[in-house]
Amino acid sequence: MNYYNEMYEGSRVRDPYARLSQWVEGMPADFRQMKQAEAEALFRRIGITFAVYGEGGDPDRLIPFDMMPRVFEQSEWRRLERGIKQRARALNAFLRDVYGRAEIVRAGRIPARLVYQNNAYEKAVVGVVPPRGVYSHIIGIDLVRTSKDEFFVLEDNCRTPSGVSYMLENREIMMRMFPGLFRGNRIEPVDQYPELLRRTLESVAPAKCHDRPTCVILTPGHFNSAYYEHSFLANLMGVELVEGADLFVDGEFVYMRTTQGPRRVDVIYRRIDDPFLDPLCFRPDSMLGVPGLMDVYRSGGVSICSAPGAGVADDKAIYTFVPEMVRFYLGEEPMLQNVQTWTLWKQDDYRYVIENLADLVVKEVHGSGGYGMLVGPRSTKEEIEAFRAKIEANPGNYIAQPTLALSTCPTFVEEGLAPRHVDLRPYCLCGDRIELVPGGLTRVALREGSLVVNSSQGGGVKDTWVLSE
Amino acid sequence: MKLRIVHETVYRYDRPVRNLVQSLRLTPSIFEGQRAHDWAIDVSGGIRGPGFRDGAGDWIEGWTVRGPTEEVVVTITGRVETRDTAGVLRGYRELINPLAYLRDTAATRPDGALRDLAATVADATDSLDQSHRLSAAVSDAIAYAPGRTAFHTTAAEALEQGEGVCQDHAHALIAVARCNGLPARYVSGYLHVTTTGEAREAAHAWAEIHVGSLGWVGFDPANRCCPDDRYVRLGSGLDALDAAPIRGIAAGQGIETMDVTVNIEDLERLQEQSAGQTQS
Repeated sequence: MNYYNEMYEGSRVRDPYARLSQWVEGMPADFRQMKQAEAEALFRRIGITFAVYGEGGDPDRLIPFDMMPRVFEQSEWRRLERGIKQRARALNAFLRDVYGRAEIVRAGRIPARLVYQNNAYEKAVVGVVPPRGVYSHIIGIDLVRTSKDEFFVLEDNCRTPSGVSYMLENREIMMRMFPGLFRGNRIEPVDQYPELLRRTLESVAPAKCHDRPTCVILTPGHFNSAYYEHSFLANLMGVELVEGADLFVDGEFVYMRTTQGPRRVDVIYRRIDDPFLDPLCFRPDSMLGVPGLMDVYRSGGVSICSAPGAGVADDKAIYTFVPEMVRFYLGEEPMLQNVQTWTLWKQDDYRYVIENLADLVVKEVHGSGGYGMLVGPRSTKEEIEAFRAKIEANPGNYIAQPTLALSTCPTFVEEGLAPRHVDLRPYCLCGDRIELVPGGLTRVALREGSLVVNSSQGGGVKDTWVLSE
Repeated sequence: MKLRIVHETVYRYDRPVRNLVQSLRLTPSIFEGQRAHDWAIDVSGGIRGPGFRDGAGDWIEGWTVRGPTEEVVVTITGRVETRDTAGVLRGYRELINPLAYLRDTAATRPDGALRDLAATVADATDSLDQSHRLSAAVSDAIAYAPGRTAFHTTAAEALEQGEGVCQDHAHALIAVARCNGLPARYVSGYLHVTTTGEAREAAHAWAEIHVGSLGWVGFDPANRCCPDDRYVRLGSGLDALDAAPIRGIAAGQGIETMDVTVNIEDLERLQEQSAGQTQS
C-alpha cells in the first residue's frame, strides 16, 4: 500500500515543513535525546499520565510524546474546519430532531429502530429543548488523511470527548523547550481553548439565569482516568471542579456548597455518563450524580453539557447516516466523507466481508481503544480464521471498513526521523457560535507499520500546528 | 365514576435526615377516560420545586425538604372523574415513539421461561388478540400472593416462583410482550375496589401494550381485565422503578420506614345513599 507522507512530495520537503526540516537537520542526536528526556520529565511533573480517550490501561503510564510537530497549511485547515463545523451542525440538528418530531425518521431517511432502540436514546428528555437547541457542546471528530486532499471521519464523539488537555500540554511543552521554533514559524495559537470553552458554556445558560452564569465541571472523581484533564480544564477556565456530593437540588435550582454558603449553578459541564447523572431518574445506585438534577434540567433550571441523550448521535450504527443528516438538515453536500462501512447484520454486507476479510478492518460495534479489532492486511492466516469464527458467531456485533492508507508524519525514532501513521481529533465547540481552535490532538502509531494509534496499543501524541497565512 | 382519593405516604427515619429530594409522578393523566379536579400534592416541610409534563405525558413534580427531620408525609388529595374506555388510552398527548418501549430493563429481561410463555401465543391473529392472550397467560402463570415477592423481584423470578403481586404481573406481561416485538410499559395508578373477594391493592399497577391501530391499551393481569372506570392512571415507564410514583433520596444515615394509606371513595354512591336516607 502507498501511504501519503505529510512532509514530503517525492523527495522534496513540502513548504509547511520547510523550517522544521532545517531544524531537525541541525539537531545533534545527543541534543535530541536530552530534549526527549526533558519532555518526559515535564509531562511527569505536570502529572499528565492518564490514558487518552478513556482507554484504560495503566493510569500512571506516560503517553509517549513525539517532539516532531505535525503541520497543516492554513488552506488545508480552513477546509477541514468548514467540514467539521458542518458536521457538528448536522449532529446537533439530528439530536434536536430525534428528541422532537423526528422528521428524519418520518421521512424514512434513517431506520426508526436504530434511533429508538438505541441504548443511548433517553426517553426521559423527549420534548426537552436545551438552550439554543444545542445538545452536544463539545464534539470530538476523529479524522484520518489518505492523500493530499482526502480526509475521512472515523467517528464522532458527542458525549464527553477527552484528550484536549494533551492538545494544550503538547503545545505548552513545545513552546517551553523550543521557543525559537515559535519565533521562526507563524503558528496559530491553541491556548485560547479554555476561554472559548467557558464562553461556549456560558452561552447556553438557561433562560432563568439572569446574571453572569456560574459554570462548573462535574467529575466522577480522582479514580477516573481523565481526572487530571477535569481539574486542568477547571483551573484554566477559572471554574469550580465539583463532584456529585458538592451539588444539591433545592426547590427549582441546583446549588453548589461553598465556604460562603450555597451558590446557584447554571451550567454543568459533566464528565460522567448519563446513567449516573441522577439516581432519581436513571440508575438508583449512582453515587456520582445529583439527586433531582434531571427534574431541574427538564424544567429549564440548569444546563447540562453535553445534554443527556446526546450519545444517540455518535453510535457506530448511526455514524453511517451522518452524511445523510448533512443533506437532510442542511441541504448541503457533506464536505467530510465517512469511511465506507459494511454493517454485518445486513446479508449482502456480511457476505462481502466474510469473503474479503484479508483486506478489511473489522471492529466491534461497541468496542473502543483498538481492542477486539482485526486489521486484515496486517494479520496472519490463523488470526483471520480465528476472527472469522467470532464474526460468524455474532455478526450483529461487527462492522467492517476498508483498510485505509493512513497518512504518515515524520516521527523521532532511534535512528532519526521515520514515517509513522497518524490521526487527528479536533474539538468543535457549539454554543451561540460554532468554534474550533486551529488543530487538535494528533495521535501517532509509534510502532513501525502499525495503523493503530490508540495509546493502549503503543500510540503517542504530537503537537499539531496550523500555520498562519 | 366520580372518585375521591386521599393517598398518604409517611416516611420515618430513625435518625434525622437532611436535603431530602423527591421526584413525584402523582398526578392523574389527562385522557378521555379521566379528568382530575382539585388535585393537591403536599410534602410536609417541603419546598415545591420544578413541575413539568414530560415526553410520556406524565406530570412530574420535584420537592425538596431541607430538614433535619425524622418524618416526611406526602399527601395527595383530589377528585377524579373516570369513564370506561375499555382500556384504550384515547385522547392522550405524549411525544415518545412507542418503539422506545421495546428496550429491556433488569426487571423485565426475558429468560427462557418468559420466552417460552411468549411463544405460546404465536398463532394469535393480530396484536390485540395476542395481547389479551399474553395477559391471560401471565394471570395463569403467576398466582396472586402478597408478601412473596419484593420491589426488586424481576419478571423472570416471579414467573419461576409462580406467585406475586400486581407489580410482578405487570413486569411479566411487559417482558413477554416485548419478546414478541410489542412495545410495552408499566403503569402506576389507583384501583377503586368495588367488589370484595378478588379485592387487590388500591395503589395499583398494570401494563400497557402498544397495539397498532388502537395505540396504547391497558391490561391488568392481576385482575384479569382491562382497566375501566375503577382505574386511575398516574404515569408510565419501562418498569416499576422507571414509573415509580415517588422516587426520593435523603442525605444522612437514617434508616427509612414507610407507611402507605390510600382511601378511595365513590362519590356518586355516597351521594345516592346519602340522598336516599329517609328524613321523616
